[in-house]
Amino acid sequence: MPTFVRTEKCDGCKGQDKTACMYICPHNLMKLDKDGSETGHAMKAFNQEPEQCWECYSCVKICPQGAIECRHYADIVPLGGSVQPLRGSDSIMWTIKFRNGTLKRFKFPIRTTAEGSIDPFGGKPMPKVADLSADGVFTKAVMGGYRAGNPAELIRK
Amino acid sequence: MAGTFEAPEVVQEDLDILLIGGGMACCGTAYEIVRWADAVKAETGRELKIKMVDKAAVDRSGAVAQGLSAINTYIGPDLDPADYARMVSNDLMGITRDDLTYDLGRNVDDSVHLFEEWGLPIWKTDADGVRHDGAEAQKEGIPALKDGGKPVRSGKWQIMINGESYKWIVAEAAKKALGLDRIQERVFIVHLINDKNDPTRIAGAAGFSVRENKIYIYKAKAVMLAAGGCVNLFRPRSVGEGSGRAWYPVWNAGSTYAMAAEAGAELTMMENRFVPARFKDGYGPVGAWFLLFKAKAINAYGEDYMVKNKEMLNDYPPYGQAAVPASCLRNHLMLKEMKDGHGPIYMDTVSALAKLRETLTPKEVKHLESEAWEDFLDMCIGQCGIWVGENIEPEKKMSELMPTEPYLLGSHSGCCGIWVSGPTDLGAPTSEEYDGIPAHLPSGWSWGYRSMTTVKGLFTAGDGVGASGHKFSSGSHAEGRLAAKAMVKYCLDNPDVKPEFDETTEQIAETIWKPVRNFLQHKDYTTAIDVNPHYITPKMLQMRLQKIMDEYVAGCSTYYNTNDKMLGVAEEKLELLKEDSWKMRAKDLHELLRAWENYHRILTAEAHMKHILFREESRYPGFYYRTDKNFVDEKNWHCFVNSIYDKKSHQWTCFKRKHIDLVDKSKLFKAAAPH
Repeated sequence: MPTFVRTEKCDGCKGQDKTACMYICPHNLMKLDKDGSETGHAMKAFNQEPEQCWECYSCVKICPQGAIECRHYADIVPLGGSVQPLRGSDSIMWTIKFRNGTLKRFKFPIRTTAEGSIDPFGGKPMPKVADLSADGVFTKAVMGGYRAGNPAELIRK
Repeated sequence: MAGTFEAPEVVQEDLDILLIGGGMACCGTAYEIVRWADAVKAETGRELKIKMVDKAAVDRSGAVAQGLSAINTYIGPDLDPADYARMVSNDLMGITRDDLTYDLGRNVDDSVHLFEEWGLPIWKTDADGVRHDGAEAQKEGIPALKDGGKPVRSGKWQIMINGESYKWIVAEAAKKALGLDRIQERVFIVHLINDKNDPTRIAGAAGFSVRENKIYIYKAKAVMLAAGGCVNLFRPRSVGEGSGRAWYPVWNAGSTYAMAAEAGAELTMMENRFVPARFKDGYGPVGAWFLLFKAKAINAYGEDYMVKNKEMLNDYPPYGQAAVPASCLRNHLMLKEMKDGHGPIYMDTVSALAKLRETLTPKEVKHLESEAWEDFLDMCIGQCGIWVGENIEPEKKMSELMPTEPYLLGSHSGCCGIWVSGPTDLGAPTSEEYDGIPAHLPSGWSWGYRSMTTVKGLFTAGDGVGASGHKFSSGSHAEGRLAAKAMVKYCLDNPDVKPEFDETTEQIAETIWKPVRNFLQHKDYTTAIDVNPHYITPKMLQMRLQKIMDEYVAGCSTYYNTNDKMLGVAEEKLELLKEDSWKMRAKDLHELLRAWENYHRILTAEAHMKHILFREESRYPGFYYRTDKNFVDEKNWHCFVNSIYDKKSHQWTCFKRKHIDLVDKSKLFKAAAPH
């Protein structure tokens, strides 16, 4: 299955109603097996529809236990490689292991501000209702992104 | 009281504005609309009730969920919105709406500047021409884009980013703007509801929770429908576990097009599709390899097929004569090699990296390797999975390229979608020239509210807006913002409109729960849960759809060929499939999600087939061929093909609308070669 959950590492997010992986999966694939009736492993999560997995790694990146990994599509990819991230608050580290044992590590920035620090309207103007019909967004005057264009290019005006 | 699987609870809510979706377009709408709603409250005291409903979690929903390694639409201070409109037109074989693309071009950079302010790292070039990643650039004191910083252009319109958390950042701004009590996650809206007193007006939308036995019915004056494009309507090249490795996100189920069509909205250019040529099987991006690393695509014998087959471009004047040929024509030249038996096709990563290394220091070489890997790790980790499994190091071994199964979308390099009202200040036409346009539909390209569909109060953005591709992530956000203003204005202009449903609550609930009813009623008829003459599983329904589309509507298995006869067969088979879709089964809420996604796929596929049949030419050689009309016919088909769907008779009506240029396109083309 594209992403899989390591039995020994998953703690079912400590008995909460939903796990982090259930919260985040864009395709609703991750499921908590509360009583073990579906997997034989009670209070652990699993990928309920592996052939619908996009390998987007949202579950891998969010799991607080580091319990989720990816075994790449079995109908395409030879076994033995792995691509595993560790996502922090400002960067992500990748450990890349090839089938032949070659190892590579990369670290990339992911954001330049603290998580949760965005002040969406701080320093932004309050628009006037009368400007609803004017062209442009409400931050037009302050963000420097409006490209007025050369009027001569508009051949039907 | 919580409902049960047999008797779900029905939750009803009255709103002014409902946003369906949670991707880039809806996050843009949310950000902009809250500020204007605040302005309305400050000036008039009136409070607009707003809610955003996403079938997933906003932090990682939509096409940017995984992240991106580039922002593909950034105009910058040196290019003109008219240049952008020309590029979009050329890549889509001449049939796009200049009013929509030009308007997007003049506004899109505002969103990009906001993303950077919010924390998205954007690569920069310093005064010596050296590249820095987005975090390093900030530490080095290189200014932000807004303050004159120079981005790293991987192409004329594209800029490189460290975009693993792109969606997370954009979502944070949208969520903060809205506040959590105005966001409903894990509710899948599946059905729009028209107004009882005016069937051409929207009155609300309904769906269900994928976590609890609850049906949600929202009444709203204005609705933003931005639920993505359509993936997996064709049989994918990988049919096992790998069927999830679609190029575009597998959760894009055509919901935007299907729901809009059922509500009576006019669709446009649904014949258009995108068949990206990507790294084989993993579908890793090629843009940076072509544009940043200067790699060439070659056939198995080392020939550059874009050079070898360039004469074939002359078959399609004037588009073949553009300085940069349209994406479909590049596929056309590649397919020639494949059909002639000169495959596999490769991206020559080895020569490209060797050439770059000639002039670089060891430190720069290390950095280059890291950039190449980041390109995949930021947005297509699955491709790295293939590289590690097959021991591919790009400096040592080339990778195969392959055209994928077809995708329907309106924000990337495709332009199918919904016909919307455009801006009024760009010279757009106000009348129509062709007969056959149903009388209740508007004339000209503007009917009052930017991004409103032909259904009053129903708006769209991103993949929803047709005839204006190449907006990508940033453009979808900006387009959502432009629509947001018009939605607020629509609410203010229509204070007396009180939406009333043309269906009863019970009818709506029963429609939504039908797959569950099918299951509960018949499950004990057989001993095998998946084999039952009274119902069909969503999975089999999807496979049946994919088989029809692949074999008859120009999928991979026919090298993207079809003809009027094959389309006729598809028409019949899709009709039966649509009938059977009412026998879909849902054994749990997860399967109910899949059942409705596949219903949306079927309607979207039907629109695609009807449009290809109606357009009697092959407008996009390389994406699909009508072998009975295997040419581009500028005289008769340089026009939009639009359609409407009648939800009562279940029939489509296709018709033409005239295409008009608002910017001069002749600047694109070299002097026409003799033909």
